[in-house]
Amino acid sequence: MKLVHKDIEKDNAGQVTLIPEEAEDMWHTYNLLQVGDSLRASTIRKVQTESSTGSVGSSRVRTTLTLCVETIDFDSQACQLRVKGTNIQENQYVKMGAYHTIELELNRKFTLAKKVWDSVVLDRIEQACDPAQKADVAAVVMQEGLANLVLVTPAMTLLRAKVEVTIPRKRKGSCTQHDKALERFYEAVMQGILRHFSFDGNFVLKIQIRMDNGQINTDIFVVFLCFSVVKCILVASPGFVKDQFISYLFKEAVRQDCKILLENRSKFMVVHSSSGHKYSLKEVLCDPAVTARLSDTKAAGEVKALEDFYKMLQQEPDRAFYGLAHVERASEALAVDILLISDKLFRHQDIATRSRYVRLVDNVKENGGNVRIFSSLHVSGDQLNQLSGVAAILRFPIADVSEAEEDSSSDED
Amino acid sequence: MPDPNKSIPAALNPPPGLGSLGKDHLKVVSSQNLVSDGGQSTLGQSSLAQLIAVHEQKCTNVPPLIPSTGLSLDNTVPLTTSPFGSFLGPAAPLSTMLSQGPSVPPISGLSVGSGATLSSGLVLGTSVPAGLAKAREAPESRVEAEVVPKVARMTVSGKKQTMGFDVRSAEENGIVAPSVRRGPSPDVTAAPTTETPSKSSAVNEDSAAPTPTRPTGKSKQQLNIRAELEKRQGGKPLLNLVVIGHVDAGKSTLMGHLLYLLGNVNKRTMHKYEQESKKAGKASFAYAWVLDETGEERDRGVTMDVGMTKFETDSKVITLMDAPGHKDFIPNMITGAAQADVAVLVVDASRGEFEAGFEAGGQTREHGLLVRSLGVTQLAVAVNKMDQVNWQQERFRDIVSKLGHFLKQAGFKDSDVFYIPTSGLSGENLTTRSKVADLTAWYTGPCLLEQIDAFKPPQRSVEKPFRLCVSDVFKDQGSGFCVTGKIEAGFIQTGDKVLAMPPNETCTVKGITLHDEALDWAAAGDHVSLTVTGMDIIKINVGCIFCDPKEAIRACTRFRARILLFNIEVPITQGFPVLLHYQTVSEPATIRKLVSVLHKSSGEVLKKKPKCLSKGQNAVVEIQTQRPVALELYKDYKELGRFMLRYVGSTIAAGVVTEIKE
Repeated sequence: MKLVHKDIEKDNAGQVTLIPEEAEDMWHTYNLLQVGDSLRASTIRKVQTESSTGSVGSSRVRTTLTLCVETIDFDSQACQLRVKGTNIQENQYVKMGAYHTIELELNRKFTLAKKVWDSVVLDRIEQACDPAQKADVAAVVMQEGLANLVLVTPAMTLLRAKVEVTIPRKRKGSCTQHDKALERFYEAVMQGILRHFSFDGNFVLKIQIRMDNGQINTDIFVVFLCFSVVKCILVASPGFVKDQFISYLFKEAVRQDCKILLENRSKFMVVHSSSGHKYSLKEVLCDPAVTARLSDTKAAGEVKALEDFYKMLQQEPDRAFYGLAHVERASEALAVDILLISDKLFRHQDIATRSRYVRLVDNVKENGGNVRIFSSLHVSGDQLNQLSGVAAILRFPIADVSEAEEDSSSDED
Repeated sequence: MPDPNKSIPAALNPPPGLGSLGKDHLKVVSSQNLVSDGGQSTLGQSSLAQLIAVHEQKCTNVPPLIPSTGLSLDNTVPLTTSPFGSFLGPAAPLSTMLSQGPSVPPISGLSVGSGATLSSGLVLGTSVPAGLAKAREAPESRVEAEVVPKVARMTVSGKKQTMGFDVRSAEENGIVAPSVRRGPSPDVTAAPTTETPSKSSAVNEDSAAPTPTRPTGKSKQQLNIRAELEKRQGGKPLLNLVVIGHVDAGKSTLMGHLLYLLGNVNKRTMHKYEQESKKAGKASFAYAWVLDETGEERDRGVTMDVGMTKFETDSKVITLMDAPGHKDFIPNMITGAAQADVAVLVVDASRGEFEAGFEAGGQTREHGLLVRSLGVTQLAVAVNKMDQVNWQQERFRDIVSKLGHFLKQAGFKDSDVFYIPTSGLSGENLTTRSKVADLTAWYTGPCLLEQIDAFKPPQRSVEKPFRLCVSDVFKDQGSGFCVTGKIEAGFIQTGDKVLAMPPNETCTVKGITLHDEALDWAAAGDHVSLTVTGMDIIKINVGCIFCDPKEAIRACTRFRARILLFNIEVPITQGFPVLLHYQTVSEPATIRKLVSVLHKSSGEVLKKKPKCLSKGQNAVVEIQTQRPVALELYKDYKELGRFMLRYVGSTIAAGVVTEIKE
């Protein structure tokens, strides 16, 4: 993300102009937007024109509109952000108050104006514009018959593909079905990797030639991926599946003369995980071999922080709190050392609730605590969401007040 | 079709005094019926077989038998009566927890439905002689023995038509509708029994006359399932055995050698394995290759998936499941253990190896806890590789005392755990008692095979509606496809319609195979392959449950359960991601709510809505799965109500389903 212009008044009102450059920036933008903000961006509008004779024609016009935001839609798979609202600046095409939906586009600037820019939002902009924080990691978490192809960016964990193949078990005297199905499974995972991970550019062009009843069919897949180039592909599984798969992959790559794979062989890394389900990604990102190679990714940091919280909960339950009411009380007592909070909470559309969270974050920071804002798209963030979205490790123990729990947990439901 | 006339002479000439005997007995049955819990669904047909059995016993001067004693089927009886609550340790409370499951209804195994009572009352005249005939003929020829019960069954269905009792639908399904059940009083039903033989012969003639239509043919066969079950395999009960233990303890080699000694593997194959393994530089793995059949397993010398085969002992047919010992394959091991009745725990006796497997991180402990939590109560411990420690008695004793202490904690009764010194590679003490002087000097107990033979067969829930957990799906020759799995309850016949859950699809069973032999029917406890048609193979996954369409299992994504936490490093909070292992399924799930913490032995609520759960605690939680899972309540089906929770490669809890939410 590029920050073009920032103009914020003393009363925290003001506007910011940004250029999103990557798919991930859409996610950041999604977290910046709030209902009631105004957004100005270039968009396409279908305009109907009526000539003097009464004939009606319609045309698509590119124009810049300013909307008062009403609904915000984010598609995490395609990384597209759609913002719907009413026009607040009339121009020749669109009347005042007319509805329009802007789909934000990469590399086109937009301006966002808010009545209040709070610390959380400003941090988010800073974070989004930090060029150092770029490391895309692809991971294939698999077990026999199940593979999840995942892309881990600093702020997002995206499930690109899930491969599920039923594999017959070994039976007395016959393993051929088992072996065949396994081969089919590896083939599917390999195709998934080629299709969903880009190694050397922004898109993968794939041409597949099939023979159907003597007729030659050519399928061309253009898979447009707006992610930065994958730095590393982690292949993780329990047992020997990962090793088997890697040897299959490169054997096939040599056979099919698949240059992309062969050239990027050094990017593959084999790691152990306890299962092939998505949440096992946590273990993978924490693996010492992985952290050494990737330095510190944000995702791994989050996993670590959450783990620390659980450890504290085990060792000193009075120093690990969760639930808003509880953590707030700890914050009032200046006890919060590390605050773990999910960014989902800041997307809360109710201003009062949101500002309650912002206040909590500000308080903790003021008192010298660390604040870690978890991305709710990461595996660990998802877990934190389930855990009321806010948790804290305290500096000193505070006696457990059980009545408060009642309302904090009922909040959650 | 069997010749119906065969049974008529027997029916015409019942032994003197039989009528009165029948009456006595019937009253017993009926009164028990009234006592039995109203909520339990029952299978009418089984009672006939039981009646026959009881009558046989009467006629051979066995003292009058209370029906429920011979027939009560609570296979966790040892569990519920076990006094483990007093032992400390992680798993001890599990048994107590299980035993305290709220309102476990008194499963008086045989809850005789009145549908059954109705028919049995009327049928008695015919069925008794049939039973007698069977008893008489059984030793003579097996063919005849098979014929006679069928006749009896047919007469029953014929009778039913003539008497006009509308219980067919119930019988067909194997379930007696509650409304029917409470119908006529026992006395009324008993009345026809007191009739003279002439009456029963009339019934017989009646029944012989109309040709039974297809549905009645079906229902008649179901009537005798328990008797058939007893008769099958030459009277040998079937036992599912799982072999567990730490990796490289020698499980596969031990069982492979056992199979070889029993002649289940022919010499040529064995010779081939020996040659090939020698070529691969792993001569000691030759016996393991009997069970480890995939190339990957042989290359690496590690069992990866459960190997399944069968063998026979003097009194039993054993379905052998050879579980993998490696930590990463515990999910596979669980699928095997979930289908087992008894287990053989193999430990390596050699110095350092036993300790490695037994200490933290070893699988001996985890496997032991797992099989106990999955309902295995009888355990044989094969102290393997004893030849490597020169058959020292001290070493054996040492291991026995260490293991004994742990297994007791885990909830095994001392009287149900047996220790046998063995050597899998040299084959000592497997099928015959060892002649090694070092061993015979101090060991006079049974060999492994004798011990396996001595296991008590568990009681099966044949009367309950049909349930089968799919453990494998594959294409076979011919139409349709095959699923394999263990029948957990009820029974199945070819031609039956079954419902697969969670996909909620029905299909027809075309063929049933047990141990590579085609059968017409199979019942609870059998590990069968079903050939099914009428459904797309894609819809069926491992972990689906096939059930009776009329008494379907429920699929849900959220349920409430009582769990017992093992030794866990991180506490459990709400939102905790876990892997749910239930029968053959492994499904990602999250703990949605911590409902309450319970007292370990008394089960009373200690704290509501706890902040977190830590090790050794007993708690009620709500679990949400990603995709629907077909579940049963523990109180309804003990076998199908148990599950395990795992997290990052270790087992964190065992639990039982108490309530299905949605």
